[in-house]
Amino acid sequence: MITIDHVSKQYGATTVVDDVSMHIERNSICAIVGSSGSGKTTLLRMINRLVEPSSGRILIDGKDAAQEPPHLLRRRIGYVIQGHGLFPHRSVADNIATVPRLLGWDAARIAARVTTLLEALDLEPANFAHKFPHQLSGGQQQRVGVARALAAEPALLLMDEPFGALDPIIRNKAQDDLLAIQRKFGTTVVLVTHDIDEAFRLGDRVAVMSAGRVLQSGRPAELLRAPADPLVARMIGTSDRALRLLSLTTAGEAALAGTATGPQVAASASLREVLSELVWRGAEGATVLDAAGQPIGQLSVAAILARGRSA
Amino acid sequence: MLQRLRPDRLGLVLTGSGLVALLWLPFVVFKSNRIVPGDPHALLEVLTTPAALACLAAWILVAIAALWSRHAGLRLGAALLGIMMLAWAIAAACNALTPAGNQVVRIAPGSGFWLLLVSLALVATDAVTRLQPRPAQRVLLLALVIAALSGAFAAGLFDNLSMMREYAVNAERFGRELRTHLLLALGSLAAALLVATPIGILCHRVPWLRAGVLGALNFIQTIPAIALFGILMVPLAALAAASPTAAALGIQGIGAAPAVVALFLYSLLPIVANMVTGLGRVSPSAVLAARGMGMTAGQILARVELPLALPVILTGIRIVLVQNIGLVAIAALIGAGGLGAFIFQGIGQAAIDLVLLGTLPIIAISFGVAVLLDAFIETIDRVPR
Repeated sequence: MITIDHVSKQYGATTVVDDVSMHIERNSICAIVGSSGSGKTTLLRMINRLVEPSSGRILIDGKDAAQEPPHLLRRRIGYVIQGHGLFPHRSVADNIATVPRLLGWDAARIAARVTTLLEALDLEPANFAHKFPHQLSGGQQQRVGVARALAAEPALLLMDEPFGALDPIIRNKAQDDLLAIQRKFGTTVVLVTHDIDEAFRLGDRVAVMSAGRVLQSGRPAELLRAPADPLVARMIGTSDRALRLLSLTTAGEAALAGTATGPQVAASASLREVLSELVWRGAEGATVLDAAGQPIGQLSVAAILARGRSA
Repeated sequence: MLQRLRPDRLGLVLTGSGLVALLWLPFVVFKSNRIVPGDPHALLEVLTTPAALACLAAWILVAIAALWSRHAGLRLGAALLGIMMLAWAIAAACNALTPAGNQVVRIAPGSGFWLLLVSLALVATDAVTRLQPRPAQRVLLLALVIAALSGAFAAGLFDNLSMMREYAVNAERFGRELRTHLLLALGSLAAALLVATPIGILCHRVPWLRAGVLGALNFIQTIPAIALFGILMVPLAALAAASPTAAALGIQGIGAAPAVVALFLYSLLPIVANMVTGLGRVSPSAVLAARGMGMTAGQILARVELPLALPVILTGIRIVLVQNIGLVAIAALIGAGGLGAFIFQGIGQAAIDLVLLGTLPIIAISFGVAVLLDAFIETIDRVPR
């Protein structure tokens, strides 16, 4: 989907992004994590050309992004920023309709799309379409920001600290919503965050940036098991890395054949949650049920612990 | 309504001054022609006894409301009733004093009338302020006042009033000067908008330009109007002499040209300054989001920045419009015409009625424009700051 090929950005003598190469798969979520000043936002903005690279190329679906007029490129790419950036003088519906209007969709198609998106984001259309941004809560504003970015059915969605302004409880819900939306629309997401937990929770792949360079990029489990750089190891932390590893695998993925006598757990639960449940109940094993409630296998404490080992 | 016995302070002051006006100051001044000094008459000696009693009764009611009522709607109603009684009383007094068919005598409102009018107007504006009406209600109130006044004038209620006698003599010219006045005020505003809009946008985009441009415009603002007219005479006269085209366009050292140029120059600062402030207050994240979604620079300006800055920009336009309507009066001195022509002619002839004929419409138009634009600005400004 996106190939970042030896991209650098200099402002005068300062190098903000330093020779970054990366590949982002279609239909995946790539989380770029780093402290402030690591160059992660600049890297993200080079994908939709809000910032022009000093050198290197960015290919989107095999085509060089630099070949297309930037404003036309941006209309194909969803963009969500911290603090949502909603237009305060426009209603929720008008905010969401921004890009479809730029693309010249007809009114009926726009109205239908606005309704679809509001429903997908748990915002009752009759209730919210005509409200103005200042009449919404922070969490609702954030959801409208996501709906606006998805309005023109982009294949690619860029998110710059999208949940940074939310309090922890709403943030968890927003992260779940993003995962659900990503699955529903099959959008490729590139997300920038300073929060390593958020990156691990959302990213199919995580890229750790510092001082303009990508220190390591890979699946969360790879980063946990084999941090390539001391800074990566420090950011991830070592005290609970086994439990973090368990939280990356679902019960459905790890289930073994057979049934167990202990509690029943959902296939979508993480191994960390299953282990917690088993410890709590003092049981040795759990039966894993699919979404329809049918048993699909079992998990023992020993099997779960084996999944949390370093290799 | 009579919640407390301690009277309202504003009501106390206004009732006191109203009492002084009614009892000791002349209500009307009778002049046998337009320039001789007049004889003062009190209201009660001019009106018939029943009419005078009706007036007194009405004003006692108004005074009670102003003194003891805390209900803003009631106070407003009472003040408006008082003003209507006042209008009727001055009309009745004029009619009573004017000999039938006589066009030479002049009956002007005296100091008592003006003091009463100001007192009642203060009670009314104070009540409106307390009521905090919504924009639409303010416009409706303005429309009602205009309708009532137009009705009274059309019915000839004030035909025997000295100012209206002057109007009757000058009716055709009044219409012409009123049009000139509005044309000068609006024309210079339009020209200033055309020039100040790009300057304002440029100053917003290029920060180092800002201090210089605003400083220069500020300097222009400090030149007294009359001096600026004088300064402009020289280059404009030279331009007219050098270029026949300019002369054919009506450009000359005196008249409308220097007036429009001066008003145009005065208009630049409020518009540019408010444009810079307004655009500066637009949320940077809204602009970033607009750019990130693929709006072109022009679309961002037209669809995000200008709409969000509009309330502040309109506040600048309101300042300019009210300022220009007043300044045009002075431009009559250099032959630009407008309602100021009556003011200066009246001063020259010591005919105060002619001065009022020029002044009162200017005040009324400025007031109306301010109310309308304020209501409009409040209506579109729904974003909390």
